[in-house]
Amino acid sequence: MADNVVLQMRNIHKSFPGVKALQGVDFTLRKGEVHALMGENGAGKSTLIKVLTGVYGKDEGQISMEGKEVLIHSPQEAQKNGISTVYQEITLCPNLSVAENMYIGRLDNIYQNWKKMNSDADKILQSLDIPAKATQQLSSCSLAVQQMVAIARAVDTDCKVLILDEPTSSLDEQEVEKLFKLMRDLKARGVGIVFVTHFLDQVYEICDRITVMRDGKLVGEFEIETLPRVQLVSKMLGKELDDLSDIQGEYSTYQNKEGEAPVFEAEGLSSDAGIRPFDFHIRKGEVNGFTGLLGSGRSESVRAIFGADRILGGNVKVNGKPVKIKKPIDAMKQGIAYLPEDRKRDGIVGDLSVRDNILLAQQVLRGFLKPFTKAEADKIADEYIKLLSVKTASADTPIKSLSGGNQQKVILARWLLTHPEYLILDEPTRGIDVGTKVDIQKLVLKLASEGMSVTFISSELDEMLRTCSRLIVMRDGRMVGELSGEDLNQNKVMNTIAGGERE
Amino acid sequence: MTQNKPAKGTNFLANLTRNQLFIPVAALLLLLVFNLIMDPNFFKITLDHNSVGDPVLSGFLITILDSGSELAILAIGMTLVTAATGGQDISVGAAIAISGSVLLRMLCGSNTRPETLLMPVLVAFVITCVVAMLFGAFNGVLVAVFQIQPMIATLILYTAGRSIAAWINNNELPIISEPSFGYYGGFIPGIPVPTPFFIAIICVILIALALKFTTLRLYTQAVGINEYSAKLNGLNPVFIKILSFVILGLCVAVVGLIKVSRFQTINYSVIAKDIEMDAILAVALGGNALSGGKFNMTASIIGAYVIQCLTTTLYKFNVQSDALPAYKAIVVIALVVLSAPIVREKLSALMPKPVAKEVA
Amino acid sequence: MSKKLKNMSDTNLLLSITIVVFFAMYLGAMIFQGAGFLKAQTFFNILNAQASLIILSCGMSLVMITGGIDISVGGVTALVSMCCAVYLDYQSGNVFVAVLIALLIGLTFGLVQGFLVAYLEIQPFIVSLAGMFFARGMTTIVNSNPFNVQNEAFVALKGTRIIIPGLGSVNKLGKYVNAYVEIGVIVALLVVILMFIILKWTKLGRSFYAVGGNSQSALMLGINVKRTKFLSHLICGFLAGVGGFVYFLHVGSGSASHASGAEMNAIASSIIGGTMLTGGVGNIIGTFFGVLSLSTIQNIVSSAGLDEPWWIGITIAAMLCLFLVVQSIVMTVRKKQTVQ
Repeated sequence: MADNVVLQMRNIHKSFPGVKALQGVDFTLRKGEVHALMGENGAGKSTLIKVLTGVYGKDEGQISMEGKEVLIHSPQEAQKNGISTVYQEITLCPNLSVAENMYIGRLDNIYQNWKKMNSDADKILQSLDIPAKATQQLSSCSLAVQQMVAIARAVDTDCKVLILDEPTSSLDEQEVEKLFKLMRDLKARGVGIVFVTHFLDQVYEICDRITVMRDGKLVGEFEIETLPRVQLVSKMLGKELDDLSDIQGEYSTYQNKEGEAPVFEAEGLSSDAGIRPFDFHIRKGEVNGFTGLLGSGRSESVRAIFGADRILGGNVKVNGKPVKIKKPIDAMKQGIAYLPEDRKRDGIVGDLSVRDNILLAQQVLRGFLKPFTKAEADKIADEYIKLLSVKTASADTPIKSLSGGNQQKVILARWLLTHPEYLILDEPTRGIDVGTKVDIQKLVLKLASEGMSVTFISSELDEMLRTCSRLIVMRDGRMVGELSGEDLNQNKVMNTIAGGERE
Repeated sequence: MTQNKPAKGTNFLANLTRNQLFIPVAALLLLLVFNLIMDPNFFKITLDHNSVGDPVLSGFLITILDSGSELAILAIGMTLVTAATGGQDISVGAAIAISGSVLLRMLCGSNTRPETLLMPVLVAFVITCVVAMLFGAFNGVLVAVFQIQPMIATLILYTAGRSIAAWINNNELPIISEPSFGYYGGFIPGIPVPTPFFIAIICVILIALALKFTTLRLYTQAVGINEYSAKLNGLNPVFIKILSFVILGLCVAVVGLIKVSRFQTINYSVIAKDIEMDAILAVALGGNALSGGKFNMTASIIGAYVIQCLTTTLYKFNVQSDALPAYKAIVVIALVVLSAPIVREKLSALMPKPVAKEVA
Repeated sequence: MSKKLKNMSDTNLLLSITIVVFFAMYLGAMIFQGAGFLKAQTFFNILNAQASLIILSCGMSLVMITGGIDISVGGVTALVSMCCAVYLDYQSGNVFVAVLIALLIGLTFGLVQGFLVAYLEIQPFIVSLAGMFFARGMTTIVNSNPFNVQNEAFVALKGTRIIIPGLGSVNKLGKYVNAYVEIGVIVALLVVILMFIILKWTKLGRSFYAVGGNSQSALMLGINVKRTKFLSHLICGFLAGVGGFVYFLHVGSGSASHASGAEMNAIASSIIGGTMLTGGVGNIIGTFFGVLSLSTIQNIVSSAGLDEPWWIGITIAAMLCLFLVVQSIVMTVRKKQTVQ
């Protein structure tokens, strides 16, 4: 079997300031196999791939191709070693033609022979059954076709290893079928394929082996036949099936009054971020959650509630009264607060001080002509820094120099300061230490017992089960189930996420 | 206007150099010391009487105070535009020409040598402000709504501005003989300090009040640093960006008044020529990132006077006015090269290494 | 929109718009203003006057296609004129050496600016703004008074006319006058053809487009992005040297106020010619027609009786504004179509 191995990664370590992204990861790829690399967000899959393709340097460990150790410092070197990559986001030039995108940067001649290039490209496109013409401008193709052009380029380089990093997230079923046919052809030619995806169906359709990662560590390598779906999910999420952890009840549940209208209610809400219209409501003092794998539409749903994406349709009521929410400020005025998923891009204002970051949302609500005085600002900032025990040198420190967990506390403080009726927390505990995680969970339950409604999203199921009284399950941009009471257990939730198939 | 509180326990010198005011103040001192060594006459201030017999101060320092004030007023608006959009407005010189032209048109009408002014200066000035703010808004819309890079978007007005200015007055050069009109860019009888300095002080006080009693600073910085985040906190980045251009328009109108009042006339192709370069330079010298975000207004204003000090020094050494840009260009390149992230990285990588080796 | 239009590349779409606009404008001028525009020499005069702008615009388009900008070209033109003028007259120099001086000045600007932009990653606008001010200032330092060059060899070269057979016209005195172009026009046409070939048929040319389209992707596709950016500024600087000499050859004098606003005209020509500010889209043929459109509209404006000096500035700015906004809108619409 050892002869069969085309790529071997041993004991790979990689850290970034403050984060150990990879800790002793092994990965083995054999000739002519499709190998799925699985794990939730932050598990280290993309770091591993970027180390392999030379985008990042590794801190420790060896990479060998066909038994010989190789050093890879740049994407070009990876290409020379026979490693081709197709990234999730398309890394082609939209303004060039399809054929140019397939050949640019690869040929050594000075003169550009359009005729030969176009006919060569057309041949490949035809043989792979890709519906594009060589002379067409890339940006006039659909995203799916662009993705396939990227694959065609990778295929044409005589690669030994092909890495597909979530190539199917923008493809529809037929296109995925075409891609799979292509993958099977390549497999027959002896190419080793690394396949990263979040779609379980696809893994079970095409893959031979699965390597699962979690928290930057290797969980294990499995033959596809020996690992049923539900077990895969549990390995990814890091919970054994029978590990029940219902420890809710430290805080009393808020008692709803008879006939009270839901705090927030939506009918047929949809946005331009690619989610199907959905209905949703939340009662006073309730904690519910959106669950589903990454890319299932859980974040997009709450963004639609907050008006963060462009709203395409739907009716919204707050406390029984119909309102219009088109922009975040509309939602904020209705007492809705939203802690975004991507803290760095959407949450913090990096160069501003902790104080300004705490005050921002409340200041916007107060209006342009009513700034907080310096004394007020100091008082509030100190109060919230203490309340959430934010570790910072001073309120003047720029937020970007805080650790991830403390940044998150600051953003949480920002929204608590607006005294919302309805608080949406999208992945509030991602990438932060265990202590802070528990603090945030407890805080959520405390706030709810005082009458605040909370929607909680987390990749960690355990956390969701601990805090939520109702879970909405999403898959592929639509709601596929709602679980509460008796049904709130790991088995049931994982089964629903995995697609209803029972073991 | 922002105080950087020194953190406890760190050494005084390190704090001093980290303060944003350090660079402009140090540059100013450097220039002054240079002049002191080369020719102490630079600091001579004399009290003369002008042709009407009013007392006026004169000397190189007064020139700096006088012309630097125009630049300081522009630097206020330029700082805001830079902070909000991460780009600069290169049309301010052309816009000053337009403002000046509008002002003269209002005061003179079609008569180019009016005996009396058609309306009070104040009314004409208000109209000028409105026009200048509209042109500012035009730039702002191109930048914020059509998402054109600020420098390219303002290129349009840069190209057309002086032509528009000439068109407004039919290419005539009205001359105002009314002496009171000259007060704004010259001296008020009895006060020997040039008026532009007082106007600059008023503008500085106004912007200080605006920064204190509105949330302008917070909003502008938030939009400049992270537009996505600002949007999710209920801000409207498009509006904030346009607002910054409108405020710059107001500054432009004020400088237009000073310029026209100073000469009592206008020369469309020469008035406020290359002033955009100086205004941008003032912002950069104040240690504000040209890519936007946090800003320090005080530093920009001091920066403006430093630039004027440099200009005056060069003049004093008989550098022709047309040759000035060559020297300033060198200063700009030195500044941007030193503040380029790559250069900074390399420099900081160079510094500690020898020490580390010795230790090893 | 027809499918054919939709499948057209951005470059070709904008190029077609430019060519259509130019011919419509020129045809309109012929019909409504007749006289002058019917003579072939009118067209050749536009070429004679704009030869240097055509060369400058080619360099500008190249930099813009790569995603940058260079506003120092006008200043460099003035500096080249002044240096050559001083050299030829005060030192009674050789014309060929003057050409070398011109090219050397251009290359130096390209080299320094390219280095600052590509390897130190400073915004091209700031860099070339400083370049522009430096060049203008240096021009005054070299010589502050404008003067005409008397050097015989140069004057002879300046006066050389290339006769275009068969396109002449009969003047008021009934005498047949040959149509002609100046040497500069030949140089400009050579530059256009050469640049077209480089951009269309060489690997380097295509990498300019790739870097301008998406520099991150270009890097992933194996292109040396920094070198490509550097070369674009270097070539632009070199062409500014060439254009500077052609300008000098046309006007035959040195002055600090020469070619004022040339950088804006070059940018405007490129944009009107279908080069996108955001990079990756553009065509040298379009730029050529962009220059012609720009000067044709100036001719139309002045022969329509709007000969006050401000109209030209305002027309150029209005045209620039129009094309910028149209580009912004066309691209937004196209993007939406692709997504759906």
